[in-house]
Amino acid sequence: MKMNIKKILKPSFWKIVSVIIVTLGIVSTYLRFTRGLGATTNLQDSVPWGLWIGFDFIGVGLAAAGFTIAATVHIFNIHKYESLVRPAILTAFLGYSIVVCLLLVDLGRPENFWHPLVMWNVHSVMFEITWCIICYSTVLILEFAPVILQKFNLKGPIKLLKIFSIPVVIAGVLFSTLHQSSFGSLYLIVPGKLHPLWYSSWLPVNFFISCIAAGLSMIVFESYLIARGCTKEQGFCNTGLKINILSGAAFVIWIALIAGLLLKIYDFVDNNKLYYLTIPSMETALFYLEIIIGTIVPIILLSNKKLREDKKWLYIISICVISGLILNRLNVSITGLVSTSGINYFPSFDEISITMMLVVLAIFVFRLIAKNFPVFINEESGHSENNIVSSGTQQIILGE
Amino acid sequence: MLNEKGLLFDVTLCIGCGACYKACKEENNLENTSNDFLKDHLSNNTFTVIEQYNDLYTRKQCMHCNDPACVSVCLVGAIRKDKTGAVVYDEDKCIGCRYCMQACPHNIPRYEWGTTQPRIRKCNLCVNLVNSGGLPACVEACPTEATMFSDKNQLIKIAKKRLKDNPEKYYQHIYGLEEVGGSHVMVLSPVPFEQLGFVSHLPKKPMPDFTAQAMEKIPSVVVSGGVFLAGMYWLTKRKNKIAKEEKNYSKN
Repeated sequence: MKMNIKKILKPSFWKIVSVIIVTLGIVSTYLRFTRGLGATTNLQDSVPWGLWIGFDFIGVGLAAAGFTIAATVHIFNIHKYESLVRPAILTAFLGYSIVVCLLLVDLGRPENFWHPLVMWNVHSVMFEITWCIICYSTVLILEFAPVILQKFNLKGPIKLLKIFSIPVVIAGVLFSTLHQSSFGSLYLIVPGKLHPLWYSSWLPVNFFISCIAAGLSMIVFESYLIARGCTKEQGFCNTGLKINILSGAAFVIWIALIAGLLLKIYDFVDNNKLYYLTIPSMETALFYLEIIIGTIVPIILLSNKKLREDKKWLYIISICVISGLILNRLNVSITGLVSTSGINYFPSFDEISITMMLVVLAIFVFRLIAKNFPVFINEESGHSENNIVSSGTQQIILGE
Repeated sequence: MLNEKGLLFDVTLCIGCGACYKACKEENNLENTSNDFLKDHLSNNTFTVIEQYNDLYTRKQCMHCNDPACVSVCLVGAIRKDKTGAVVYDEDKCIGCRYCMQACPHNIPRYEWGTTQPRIRKCNLCVNLVNSGGLPACVEACPTEATMFSDKNQLIKIAKKRLKDNPEKYYQHIYGLEEVGGSHVMVLSPVPFEQLGFVSHLPKKPMPDFTAQAMEKIPSVVVSGGVFLAGMYWLTKRKNKIAKEEKNYSKN
C-alpha cells in the first residue's frame, strides 16, 4: 500500500495539469454558487445559453456510441463488436455525468432540479429531454452494473439483470433516439433567431445522424489513444487495436456522414437556402469549416478502403468527425444566434474552468474504473464471463 | 375568448411623457434603473420601456401571446396563461433553465443574473389588479389614452375602425393581431413597424406549432422503433442459431 501511495504522489506533467485544472474548477464552482450566474458567466439577457449548454450538446452527441454499439451487439447480434460495448457504455455514462453536472451548474435554481419529476409540461421539448436523460442514465447504469457486480462475484443480481437485458437495451436505444434528436428540436421554436444555414425543420434528424457518426468516432479515437498509451498498465491488457473492428465502425461512420450530407443538400435545395452559401460572413465561414472538416474530408478519406484499414488514418478521421460535431453544436447553440442577438458571446474564465474540470474528472474516473473493473475484454472471453471473475482481484487500485 | 382582455397601444397618440413607465415601476416595486426613461432598456427591473424614433414614441413590453412560445417550452409549467389572457410566471416552480428567454419571438423575458435566487422578470399585465376589477397600472396612468385596456374583441374592432377611418394617418397593419398566432397586446403605428424596432416578418402561426410538428412524431417513433428492434433481435438471433446448427451439422 505504501508503494501505491508513493506512486500516486509521484508528479508527472499530466498529473500537475489535472490538479491545477481541478483546483481552478472547484474555486469557480464555489464562486458560481455563492455569487450567481451574472458574476461568473458572460451570459446575459440576449445570450441566455452559453458554453455550458453548448457543451451539453457536445457531451451527449459524443456519448452516442453507448446506444449504437449496444444495439449492434445485443439487438443485431453482431458479436464481433462485443469488446467495444463496455468502453462505449462507460464513455456514455461519464459523458452523461458531465452533462448532468453542467446542467446543475447552469440552472438558475439548481435546488429545484427535481421539479420536472412532479411538475409536467408534456408540450416542452426540454421536458422530454429531461426525462429521456434520466431514463437513459438509468439504462446505462443497468447495462454497466454487471461489470461491477462481476468484480465482487455477485452472481444473483447478474442473473436477474440478464433476464431484462434485451428490453433494457431496446429502451436505451429508444430513449437515445428521442433525446439525441430532441436536442435539435429545442431550436425548432426559434426560426427567426437561428441563422438559416443551421435552422431547418430537419434539425432533429440532423442531430440524430451526426451523433451516430461522432459517437462511433469517439470510440475509434479513444481506442487509439488507449492502445497507444495504456497497453502496459493494469486493466488495459486487452486494449490492443483490432483493426477489423475499427474499420467496421469506420464504415458505419462513412455511411452516416454521407446520409447527413445528402440530407443537408436536400434541405438547402428544397428550402432555397443555397444562396446563403455565397454570402460572405462569419456564419458562412464557420459553416464551411464545419462541413469541410466534419463531413467532406472524412467522407473522402473513408471512401478509400486502404485508409479505412489504417489505424493512424482512422485516428485522424475520427478527430475530424469529432471536431465537426463540436463545431456544429456550438454553431447551433452559440454562433448561429449571434447575428440576431447582436452580442458577441465568449465564455468567461469560470465557465471554461468548470467545464474543463468536469472533463478532467471524467477522464480520471474512466481510468480508475478501467483499472479496477473488466472494461476491456477480448471478444472470446466476453462470452464466457466466468473467466474474468476468477482472475479479478478484490483490491481496488487508485490513481496512476 | 369571452373574458379575455387586451391592451391596445396607439403610437399616434403617445406623447412620450413616461407616465406608464413610472406607474409600472411603482406598481411592481421595481428599482430605479435610469434617470432618463427614454434611454432605458427592458431589464429585470424594467417591464415596459418607451422608445423614441424621431418624433414618434413607442412602447415595448410582453405581448402576451395567444399561444405563447414561453408557456409551451417551460418544462415545469412555471409560465402559464391566466384566464384574462395574461402570460404569468410562477417563481416557485421555475428551475432557471432560461428556455423561455431563448424561445420568445419578441425577446421579452429578462433574468435576475445578479442574484443566487434568480427569477424571470417581465410584464404580467397587472393580473392581480385586473382580476380584482382594476386596470393595469400603465393604462391607468396614460393621460392620452394611447394605451387602452378592454375586452380583446372590442379592441380589435376599435383598431380596425381607426385604420379604416384614417387611412392616411395609419400604416395599415395591426401589429400583434396575427403575429405568431396573435397576442393580447396590439399596436397601431403611422409607419411600418420595423422602423420602430418591432420584430418584423414573424410567422403567422403560433411558435409552439414549430415544435409540435416534431413532438407529435414521438409516439410513432417509440412504437415502430420498439417493434423494429425487437424484431431484429429475434431475426438475427435465429439467423445466428441456424448458422451454428448448420456448422455443427456439416462437421458431423
